[in-house]
Amino acid sequence: MSILELSVKELRKKITNKEISVPEVVKAQLAHIEKTNPLYNAYHDINKNALLRAETVQKEIEAGTLDSAFAGVPVAVKDNICTTEMTTTCGSKMLTGFHSPYNATVVKRLQKAGAVIMGKANMDEFAMGSTSETCYYGAVKNPWNPEHVSGGSSGGSAVAVASYGAFASLGSDTGGSIRQPAAYCNMTGVKPTYGSVSRFGLVAYGSSLDQIGPIAHNIEDAAAMLAIISGYDDQDSTSLKQGPFDFNDCLKEDLEGKKIGIPVNYLGEGIDPEIKAAIYEAAKKLSELGAECEEFILPMVDYAVPAYYIIASAEASSNLSRFDGIKYGYHPKKFTDLEDLYLTARSEGFGMEVKRRIMLGTFALSSGYYDAYYQKALKVKALIKQAFDGAFAKYDTILSPVAPTVAPKLGESLNNLLQMYLSDIYTVSVNLAGIPAVSLPCGFNKENLPIGMQFLGQALSEKTLVQLAYAYQSITEHHHKKPQLEVL
Amino acid sequence: MAEYYSDRSKYDVVIGLEVHVEMSTKTKIFCGCSTAFGAEPNTQTCPVCTGMPGVLPVLNEQVVQNAIAAGLATNCEITQNCKFDRKNYFYPDLPKAFQTSQLYLPICRNGWVEINGDNGKKKVRIHQIHMEEDAGKLSHHDNTGETFIDYNRCGVPLMEIVSEPDMTSATEACAYMEALAAIMSYLGVSDCKLEEGSMRGDINVSIKPKGSSVLGTRTETKNLNSFKAITRAIEWEIDRQIDLLENGEKVVQETRRWDDEKGIGYTMRSKENAHDYRYFPEPDLAPMHISDEWIAEVKAKIPELPQQKQARYLNEWQLSEYDAGMIVRSKALALFCEETVALCNEPKEVVNFLMGDGLRLLNENCLDAKDMPFAPKQLSDLVSLVVKGSINKTTAKAVFEKIFRENIDPIEYVKANNLEMVSDEEELVQMVADVIAANPKSVADYKGGKKAALGFLVGQIMRATKGRANAARVNELIREMLQD
Repeated sequence: MSILELSVKELRKKITNKEISVPEVVKAQLAHIEKTNPLYNAYHDINKNALLRAETVQKEIEAGTLDSAFAGVPVAVKDNICTTEMTTTCGSKMLTGFHSPYNATVVKRLQKAGAVIMGKANMDEFAMGSTSETCYYGAVKNPWNPEHVSGGSSGGSAVAVASYGAFASLGSDTGGSIRQPAAYCNMTGVKPTYGSVSRFGLVAYGSSLDQIGPIAHNIEDAAAMLAIISGYDDQDSTSLKQGPFDFNDCLKEDLEGKKIGIPVNYLGEGIDPEIKAAIYEAAKKLSELGAECEEFILPMVDYAVPAYYIIASAEASSNLSRFDGIKYGYHPKKFTDLEDLYLTARSEGFGMEVKRRIMLGTFALSSGYYDAYYQKALKVKALIKQAFDGAFAKYDTILSPVAPTVAPKLGESLNNLLQMYLSDIYTVSVNLAGIPAVSLPCGFNKENLPIGMQFLGQALSEKTLVQLAYAYQSITEHHHKKPQLEVL
Repeated sequence: MAEYYSDRSKYDVVIGLEVHVEMSTKTKIFCGCSTAFGAEPNTQTCPVCTGMPGVLPVLNEQVVQNAIAAGLATNCEITQNCKFDRKNYFYPDLPKAFQTSQLYLPICRNGWVEINGDNGKKKVRIHQIHMEEDAGKLSHHDNTGETFIDYNRCGVPLMEIVSEPDMTSATEACAYMEALAAIMSYLGVSDCKLEEGSMRGDINVSIKPKGSSVLGTRTETKNLNSFKAITRAIEWEIDRQIDLLENGEKVVQETRRWDDEKGIGYTMRSKENAHDYRYFPEPDLAPMHISDEWIAEVKAKIPELPQQKQARYLNEWQLSEYDAGMIVRSKALALFCEETVALCNEPKEVVNFLMGDGLRLLNENCLDAKDMPFAPKQLSDLVSLVVKGSINKTTAKAVFEKIFRENIDPIEYVKANNLEMVSDEEELVQMVADVIAANPKSVADYKGGKKAALGFLVGQIMRATKGRANAARVNELIREMLQD
């Protein structure tokens, strides 16, 4: 087995035992990325200083000044998270070649922990999309079958890890953007409670919904990464005043007394029967671990997707206004006056999906429509939160599919946008309610494409969710299964 | 009564003001950059105030505190659960393309300030006060056609104070602005310097037939930055609207611009072309809760305000309303005055010096009252010399100027230069006898009924003593002697 296929925990053991040095790992990692990236397109920009950084980290480890769960571990960072090294393009022509003047809080925390950032991971343009096909720099391809999409918007982050181009990665989740690509690529991803991870330095899409979270091969690695990046940040006013998560005492295989609710209305019309079967199979496994599974009806489900698209698009229409062709990013060569500069820069700099959502959001906030759309969507948001509160009064977690299908073929989704939006049905409510969710592998379909499931919990119940995922992964093998990589 | 271009007898004028006050906090509203005025362009900026991708705002608590103080001082209710909203529009001076402001729940509501109106004292109601960030500054170079952007001002905290349409003339509008400026500078929340742009006004003007209860269509003229401009823009707009109505036309609701150099107002944009700012709650800032304790804390720190001071001066010092009003216009002047009076207990004398030669000399030297170049003790010593009769008024005036210009000690100076008043009876009697003897013609004139001749004789003595003779006593002595 290649060293690159180790888990973070296993790699750390080898580094600590001096079986391998950080520069050796990073060298191997760079060589592997060089071979796989042209095929899967996980990375947009690869860190030229990675090796230099590896040497520094190695020295610090040897000097005994650095000891963390990620010291010397190669990671990938989604391209909407600001870094001073490498570009931050958000998968958009608008930000081609853009260098951020500062590092995001999560990047600073990863660096402090000794992680080596290998590169910036491709994504749907400004995180708008469910397939990573709206990326200006080409679609990200699924390592389980490169004719299929990686999922999105954090497709590059999921594929970087799934194709062994990094040991773990950071993604961002506004409506499922960590969990769904994780599910499509057989990864474990966490969408943390809103406010538990700083958004400072995350290029905003839907500010009230965005959260940064980890993607890794298993929950233990993902939780370790989350522990590093979480905790209060005085540069983010929506950040919760609490310390970082500590998952050390919840890596237990016992689920005795845990109550799991399965929303039957998530498993009705429109879901792939193989996914439905996989979810029930998982429920059985969880019962074997001592959990008590029960079906129930989760209200408000039908309203989640429309409410999500209105709120996210409304906020996006405002957040993306700063890309005006003046201060940074794409600047058209020819324009006649100020208004023409705005029009040309934004017409040429943004892709179709981004323009569509900006228009949708602008409309939803327009005078005369605000109450009917944005205001109403906020009310729906509150009701969805209430529906979850009701469920969590009875259950420790909700077990749900991540997506109604496995990874579709490239090109299929963008030809049926409404279908693509509707496929977010199981993920967006979590963001609207601000609650955490863990997405993890629970099987494969007949074509050997991964199937994912997710645990949803009430706000700040990350430890419970990690425990559930850990227990499940301790008795299942799905997450150990490896794709047959095509390598140049 | 002023004369107007139009016949105003048939119309009532209705004016409301939106006043922008730049707060004098050390740092900006959402980041740690300095707010100091006049620095090199783009040297007081950071990723947050220049709207780089991924940045988030962190609210400066001092801004909220200032807004609470402003609200309490203008009799407002404080909105204890308040929040920020985004106002979206494109312009190069606004790097995020939205201004973080307050629309739905402004921090202060329903207040009032008292002004001296056209028909005596009146209350101008305040609709609301909200907090927001300032934009950057554009400078256009005509010869190259280039436009430069300075983001130093971006994120400087502002308060927008919105009045009800309670004013009926330009004079009242200016009185209201002055009242606000005085209150804000007393609170220390803003220096309210119109010339530096730290206070600017938008005026809403409409007219209606005299006595009508139906408001006319209003226009808004934006960004007036001097009392003169406000006055002229209002007068001009009233005339324009009366002209329209008199000619059977209608006033169109619109936003206007005032060119103070040319003295002309222009249409900027009509209501149809008005911006749709697409306000929505700022998702990057959590809603605030302003506790009762916090309000009480701010309230306890509010100093005596101009109107309270004025009332006290009327009562305790028996000043005229005009004098008291002039002194309280500047907090620094009022405090200087109070310190001086505390030393000599002669308010009227102190006020006379400060308002007469004091204000004149400050103006001539382009100084603010807070830069008064001498100490209260010096003025109180001078006043004491006057009151005791040690020096006369003419000498006192000259000594005051010396104090102002050369920072001298009045007591020492008077002594050293032998400026004390000559009140010695024998000496005076001798002088009067001499002057009567030397001026037989004037004496004859006086006796013949020309009373003005007395002045000439007194003047001779004053000249001879370089103004030091006790003029009142000299006057009496001459009369006494010539009556014989």
